[in-house]
Amino acid sequence: MPEAPAGTLYRGREGMWSWVAHRVTGFLIFFFLLVHVADTSLVRVSPEAYNVVIGAYKNPVMGLAEAGLVAAIVFHAFNGIRVMLVDFWSSGPRYQRVMLWIVLGLVVVTMAAFLPRHLMNVFGGGH
Amino acid sequence: MTAVLENSAAPDATPEVGAVPSFDVTLRIRRFNPEASEAAAYWEEFTVTAYGTDRVLDAMHKIKWEVDGSLTFRRSCAHGICGSDAMRINGRNRLACKALLKDLDPSKPITIEPIKGLPVVKDLVVDMEPFFASYREIMPFLITSGNAPSAERLQSAEQRERYDDTTKCILCAACTSACPVFWNDGQYFGPAAIVNAHRFIFDSRDEGAEQRLEILNDKEGVWRCRTVFNCTEACPRGIEVTKAIQEVKRAMITRAF
Repeated sequence: MPEAPAGTLYRGREGMWSWVAHRVTGFLIFFFLLVHVADTSLVRVSPEAYNVVIGAYKNPVMGLAEAGLVAAIVFHAFNGIRVMLVDFWSSGPRYQRVMLWIVLGLVVVTMAAFLPRHLMNVFGGGH
Repeated sequence: MTAVLENSAAPDATPEVGAVPSFDVTLRIRRFNPEASEAAAYWEEFTVTAYGTDRVLDAMHKIKWEVDGSLTFRRSCAHGICGSDAMRINGRNRLACKALLKDLDPSKPITIEPIKGLPVVKDLVVDMEPFFASYREIMPFLITSGNAPSAERLQSAEQRERYDDTTKCILCAACTSACPVFWNDGQYFGPAAIVNAHRFIFDSRDEGAEQRLEILNDKEGVWRCRTVFNCTEACPRGIEVTKAIQEVKRAMITRAF
């Protein structure tokens, strides 16, 4: 079969991209939980090994990944509320776009409150 | 028009008063010939002269009638009623007969592809059978019991209003083929079938709501909807498709208890 050139990407609007972002963040959170359950359950096997693993997380790269994880969770949580409102609030579908902007606003506010403290901890400015 | 009369009196007058401006437009069409020795889709560009009042379908007619007669697409009424010329124009599902060229920025090539998620038969023609199979499955006809009344079945204006939005569907498949869930899972009923189920579920004269809800309360039914809203954006009739799906979901929950 000869290769056909690619078609174009479907140009969906806010609703489609919020769905994509919800999927991606959900996927990331799932993998975090997988690792999280694995490393936490390690404490029952050997507390020393647990300490080594947790200690390995204490570096700037993991610190930034943690910031990304929190951002993903915050978006997934607020957008999850939006999705529920779309389904259960009779005017939800009409205001889905407005609600998405509110979700993004709440993500920015939450991250603005979280990031300074977190980055201080990661890069050693705080304590 | 009076402008025409004035022009015929003075044929050399330029520019023509009241004339519709013309411009060259390039259509980049995704083509597929199943009979070719190496059957693979490819892109082909056509440049034609069009007018400010032309729709994408007019430009495609010009190509088919004057440039390349092998270009294949569906169209019947060409006035946005029959729903046969849904295609992906500049990445979005629209009716070629409703999309004005001048609204699509004709300075750049306009890309035209078949709608996604259904098998391509040739060029822009897709096999609509899976789409219509889902439509038939939700029983898109009035279901009643007992003897038929001797007069018409009466309904108040409010009762009619309840499902007015979903009566507008022309079955063009723009919504269903805009749905990412449908692209990945052809078993999903798709927005159009649910819209047409909604049209009967909320009709006070109909008594088949329970059966239809039962059919759509399937793994591949309304619960597959991820509220992506591509269907609502794509509907050339302006039906609030996602809202209709959501109302069916809620009816399923509220009528079950």
